[in-house]
Amino acid sequence: MTDLTQGIPIAAQAPRPRWTGALAWLRANLFNGVTSTILTLLCAALIAAALPPVIRWALIDAIWSAPNGQACHGAGACWAFIGEKFRFILFGFFPAGETWRPIAAVVIFLAMIVAACDRRMWGRRLALVWVIGLFAVFALMRGGAFGLSTVETALWSGLPLTLVLAVVGMLVGFPFGVLLALGRRSRLPAVRAICVGYIELVRGVPVITMLFMASLMLPLFLPTGITIDKLVRAQVAFILFAGASLAEVVRGGLQAIPRGQIEAADALGLTYVQRTRLIVLPQALAMVIPALVNTFIGIFKDTALVIIISLFDLLTTAETALSDANWQGFYVEAYVFVGVIYWSFCFFMSRYSQLLEREFNRGRRR
Amino acid sequence: MHKIIVRRCAGLVTALAMVGAIAAANSALAGATLDKVKQAGGFSCGVPTGIPGFAQPNDKGVYSGFDVDICKAVSAAIFGDPGKVKYVPLTAVQRFTALQSGEVDILSNNTTWTLTRDTELGFNFAPVVFYDGQGFMVPKKLGVKSAKELNGATICVAPGTTSELNLADYFRANKMDYKPVVIEKVDEIYAAFFAGRCDVMTGDATGLAAQRIGRATHPDDYVVLPERISKEPLAPVVRHGDEQWNDIVTWGVYALIQAEESGITQANVDDKLKSEDPGIKRMLGVTPGLGKALGLDERWAYNEIKAVGNYGEIFERSLGEGSPLNLARGLNNLWTKGGLLYAIPLR
Repeated sequence: MTDLTQGIPIAAQAPRPRWTGALAWLRANLFNGVTSTILTLLCAALIAAALPPVIRWALIDAIWSAPNGQACHGAGACWAFIGEKFRFILFGFFPAGETWRPIAAVVIFLAMIVAACDRRMWGRRLALVWVIGLFAVFALMRGGAFGLSTVETALWSGLPLTLVLAVVGMLVGFPFGVLLALGRRSRLPAVRAICVGYIELVRGVPVITMLFMASLMLPLFLPTGITIDKLVRAQVAFILFAGASLAEVVRGGLQAIPRGQIEAADALGLTYVQRTRLIVLPQALAMVIPALVNTFIGIFKDTALVIIISLFDLLTTAETALSDANWQGFYVEAYVFVGVIYWSFCFFMSRYSQLLEREFNRGRRR
Repeated sequence: MHKIIVRRCAGLVTALAMVGAIAAANSALAGATLDKVKQAGGFSCGVPTGIPGFAQPNDKGVYSGFDVDICKAVSAAIFGDPGKVKYVPLTAVQRFTALQSGEVDILSNNTTWTLTRDTELGFNFAPVVFYDGQGFMVPKKLGVKSAKELNGATICVAPGTTSELNLADYFRANKMDYKPVVIEKVDEIYAAFFAGRCDVMTGDATGLAAQRIGRATHPDDYVVLPERISKEPLAPVVRHGDEQWNDIVTWGVYALIQAEESGITQANVDDKLKSEDPGIKRMLGVTPGLGKALGLDERWAYNEIKAVGNYGEIFERSLGEGSPLNLARGLNNLWTKGGLLYAIPLR
């Protein structure tokens, strides 16, 4: 080993940078040393090899309109298939004459999500917006009032179903999870035991088992004639599951709060509720944002499991669209289409969480 | 991914379904289903979520296909209107529980009739509406005419399926060797076959035919060999314990087959009302009696044929030469034409 203590220049003046602007960025990020240069060149070669065929498949050789599937098999993608099926993929079995209703529901959902992302909106006003928004979504989808025809939940499918399951699951599951996490750290043994038991039981089984129980076993035990809506059963299963997994994430945050914070709150004479609401939770939740969002993304993608109980989420409607005898063999196109939709939602969640993290953890940033 | 999960969960569900069978067997009473259905003004029919030709939703989400037409026929027999059906798309895993719990009244779901399903699961099967079986597809350029010539072939097959087991049995029984290429995903396995990674593709014959039409760039370059190495009789299913409902579905199917045999079609059924043939007169309700015996309107069979046509017409519309699947009748032809369809006398 060379002796590093020798020959270190003391208080050397920074040399005038030889490279500026884009060139400097390139040098710093892509060609910063031998390994980095080799990796950059390798990656460039890979991209150069992979990209042209993809572009050729997706754009240049693609077929944009065709009367049927047989006329659509060529060297490139068959986007005519998506054109033919996109209504079914997005909205599934919802009555075709009423397609504006699920469209409006999705728009309201997106608007509510955007509203919730603006921190200035946080508070009672947002809660009100969400209550009204969820009510509007339900009224639009279910109908039976305001002159809309009734559409039973069995026909809710595609994107609106995925959004309902995921958003309601997170919305109700999150407070439930916080309560469970607080309960697990409670000083009261009974509360603690119930919370630990619940979390361990629910978290210990796959979500698919919960769905099975909710929709296959439950109906057999109910008396004949009494049925609980299938969507409600699936939704409850998701809420229970989301609650249990979020509880453990939140507990991680709670345990990271220094004991001194709690003691200080006690010394100020704050009650348990005040202490939790004002001191503990804001810090605990801010610390676990990445893990929370990770769980949220997981829940969002888990909604695709509901096909097991014959609910048609976005992925399933895409797969079902593939069964048309006139349009056979366009798997890649269908999966790319829904993949882009799923990715957009997950990417949005991920970026937003990064923004929140920066905002909340300003005090701790080094 | 779903298909894998579905397969892995199938065992669990069978177990659950057996538990359910006990509950379901006690709950149903003779005649209860027809009363319930008439009161509700319709019944629900469990169809596959999506199988080309059998049940496929169009871009508006409306189902059509062979399985769907069977439901329509029963609806027409009961209500004189094929539109009184609520279609419940069910996965293979969920279909039996849905029938047992009363969520659906009939399964028309490409269900293979087997002994355990008939007994332990607590079901009754209506007559077979489609005889499927495992077959082989090969590229034409191999010049193979029979499965017996496949010694030493590379064969694409989905792992963990009955197809894989049947394949092994068949080759052992015929003292031949083969090299299996196993790929879990159905899409990928067909892609591998059409890309030439194996000489032969095996699976249910209707599936092979659908993929040949749908996925091959030149469908005529491939043939499905005539041998069937397994029996897959597909039949509608109802619950144990309601004999009248079982009778309605059973004779509803027989009437479709008999109509083809008697030459009654959707187009000429009105003319046939004037027929002098005593069999046709009984069947179409001109001579009353059969409808009363079933607890239905005397025009039940007339309404069926008027709504969906006879068996042959249903077949041609969704699966036969008029459809993209282009399947030959084969075993699904009348007994008088070398097939297995044989209606019990309607008298």
